[in-house]
Amino acid sequence: MTTLAHNNVEHHHGAGDHVHVDYPERPIEYQTQDGALKILGFWVFLATDLILFACLFATFIVLRTHTDGGPTGKELFDVPIFTAETLILLTSSFTGGLATFEMHRGHRNRVIGWLIITALLGLSFVGLEVNEFVHMAMEGATMQRSAFLSAFFTLVGTHGCHVSLGILWMTGIIIQLFQRGITPITARKVYIVNMYWHFLDVVWVFLFTIVYLMGVM
Amino acid sequence: MNTVPHWGIFITEPMILGSDVMIVLTSVAIVFALTKFKKWGWLWREWLTTVDHKKIGIMYMIAALLMLFRGGVDAELMRTQLALPNLSFLDAEHYDEIFTTHGTIMILFMAMPFVFALFNIVVPLQIGARDVAFPYLNAISFWLFFFGAFLMNISFVIGGSPDAGWTSYPPLSELGFSNGPGQNYYLLALQISGIGSIATGINFLVTILKMRAPGMTLWRMPLFTWSVLATSILILFAFPALTIALALLLLDRTLGTHFFTMLHGGNPMMFINLFWIWGHPEVYIVILPAFGVFSEVISTFSRKATFGYGSMVFALVAISIVGFLTWVHHFFTMGAGADVNTFFAIATMVIAIPTGVKVFNWLFTMYRGRIRMTLPMMWAVAFIPCFAIGGATGVMLAVAPADYQYHNSYFLIAHFHQVLIGGTVFGMIAGMYYWWPKMFGFLLDERLGKWAFWFFNIGFYVCFLPQYALGLMGMTRRIYTYPAGLGWTVPNFISTIGAYLMGIGFLFIVWQVIYSVKYGERDVTGDPWDGRTLEWSLPSPAPHYNFATIPTIEGRDAWWMAKQGQLDKNAFLPKKSDIKPIHMPKNSGRPFILSICFFIIGIGLVFGVVPFDVIGGLGVAFCMFRRSFEYDTDYYIPVDEVIHTESALGRLQG
Repeated sequence: MTTLAHNNVEHHHGAGDHVHVDYPERPIEYQTQDGALKILGFWVFLATDLILFACLFATFIVLRTHTDGGPTGKELFDVPIFTAETLILLTSSFTGGLATFEMHRGHRNRVIGWLIITALLGLSFVGLEVNEFVHMAMEGATMQRSAFLSAFFTLVGTHGCHVSLGILWMTGIIIQLFQRGITPITARKVYIVNMYWHFLDVVWVFLFTIVYLMGVM
Repeated sequence: MNTVPHWGIFITEPMILGSDVMIVLTSVAIVFALTKFKKWGWLWREWLTTVDHKKIGIMYMIAALLMLFRGGVDAELMRTQLALPNLSFLDAEHYDEIFTTHGTIMILFMAMPFVFALFNIVVPLQIGARDVAFPYLNAISFWLFFFGAFLMNISFVIGGSPDAGWTSYPPLSELGFSNGPGQNYYLLALQISGIGSIATGINFLVTILKMRAPGMTLWRMPLFTWSVLATSILILFAFPALTIALALLLLDRTLGTHFFTMLHGGNPMMFINLFWIWGHPEVYIVILPAFGVFSEVISTFSRKATFGYGSMVFALVAISIVGFLTWVHHFFTMGAGADVNTFFAIATMVIAIPTGVKVFNWLFTMYRGRIRMTLPMMWAVAFIPCFAIGGATGVMLAVAPADYQYHNSYFLIAHFHQVLIGGTVFGMIAGMYYWWPKMFGFLLDERLGKWAFWFFNIGFYVCFLPQYALGLMGMTRRIYTYPAGLGWTVPNFISTIGAYLMGIGFLFIVWQVIYSVKYGERDVTGDPWDGRTLEWSLPSPAPHYNFATIPTIEGRDAWWMAKQGQLDKNAFLPKKSDIKPIHMPKNSGRPFILSICFFIIGIGLVFGVVPFDVIGGLGVAFCMFRRSFEYDTDYYIPVDEVIHTESALGRLQG
């Protein structure tokens, strides 16, 4: 919690919330000491999440040839579908970045707009992925079929769960922006959910390469 | 999936029936006492909803001591069974359950919370902070640990304990070989408390990096805080591997996947790799804070600055890096090949270098110091030879070709008990004695403490030295009995006597605590040991905001320098004109409720009851959304209240 700051400045933002600002000279998301701590804490969290994915990748790489006579990646992966997923997710990262950009310019409604677009793109990504999973399962390629498929569904599914959680989280923040406008607190939240979103994009780049591209090669 | 519990076991087994009766009686007694003395509100307001790092630290410590008792009882039961050949005190099934819960509880639910207790109690006070970076998250960490431990402990009476060893290797831990809920308990209990551990790592890393008092550069930081920094980094990089290992095994057991099965392409060795990628750093996670304690204790009671401060820091960092490159030494016999084994053998031996640096630095700190043999110092001094022997046998085990002989024998058991008890337990007990007055405002009785010390220490060597010999004589771990005539009887009998002596030592500590609550010397100065670091500049116990004004730190061991007249002592006392309203986090009941929801999910997954998973999951989601929409999370302590508190403590200047 806050320890050192005593030169608190009252700021009046958006819907009139009173937020104690510790560092008025900094970007808005870093203006409270609490905000600065939480952003650093979230960076550290992302490092742990990265290790989590690294372990899943390691498991996948060990097991990717263990198909037990069942379907292989080459037979299962549909190039147009995973290319579309990739393009959608990369675009959503860009629109998320635009939300942060507009946040720094103080345009609440544009921030909300870009976040809604980002969440919708995320939703269509998840939709495509669910569709892909269902198709594979219908063809008998379930996660119980072989070690390769266990590892595939777990790795890609963990990423998909992260994206789904991100959509719910973003929805909560959109509502808070409606209620409170851009304050150092809501700005910090927009900033952090965007860090999370970009992180998932980075993980997807590796999924795209190691799981899908190397799978169909 | 098939996780039908052995309900019959509830009433047919005398030991379980006994545990049932004990649990019911204890629960009734607690409920009765809380109701009779009208303490429910007190419990909720002061403890269950607290976000104060000092109280969270105390709760961690109480939990750790209770788990030390539970794990210790397990140990005494095992030693009783092994005292003589062909005993039938425990049957094979119970013995398996008990060695599994002993190991799991001692590492995850005793050592970890004891370490976190000291993190919480000491670090903010030592760096001049009013709390940790994320107090609410800190409460979540504690309650997740608490309910994880709870889940582990109820397994014995509800459905059966896990019995595949604390390492839980597949395929033994897979559904085909470990039917029933026991293994699920293990997986869920560790998973739930593990989330809390990762959060604690994040919390203390950010706290130490961002919340130090002005002037306290990294190179002026006390060595205990340095050890916490190194440990936090270890936690952050190690625990996700455990999370994944446990999650994949749970998927195998509940959804029928094939990560670690023998069929359909699964690979059991993958679990063992993931487990030890966490598991080896884990032993450094529990030893580095003990090293930090010894540095503080030895320096204070030698009245000297720690010898070789810079090399101490270097050693901590080196251990935390090289500690990630040694995991394969837990399974040299897997047959990874000479080149792989050589790499990991050498990396393991390399760890002995920074550890040796630390041991010599402690010795040189004592050299020509004015040594006072207080209780914490006795445990610190006893640690050095014990850990040196444990370290030397560790290097013996690291010799890959020789390890084929020692592997999974009692030699290994003796080795890791020597480093974990001689290192971590001695360190945690030393730390408990050292900071006890800071927590509670009184000292623990010396005379009873000395009885505890000698019983425990002599008992330790009597218990574990014979086990080295047993290992070389061919006795392997995890056997529940042995035939007569192998020459194992006498060393086993001696070892059991040692275990009982250690148990008596523990009982002396319990007696010492109870006795000292009433008769212990009160700490009126706040600095009973003539300490060196910032926490001793505060009254005991510290006010809930810790520092009325944050001092500026102008040197390493600044409080000691001030007492020596090298710095201004008044800089550590608040001036009336400097006091400002203090920003503090509000208490919250949500971390407790959130953790109960995790517990409900855990029960649901253990027994395959889907409605529990749904209810628990919705509860978790609800708690997280409520938190996201909560803006009224903190408050200010008014100046008058701070002035009133500080002047009552006689600290106010001007």
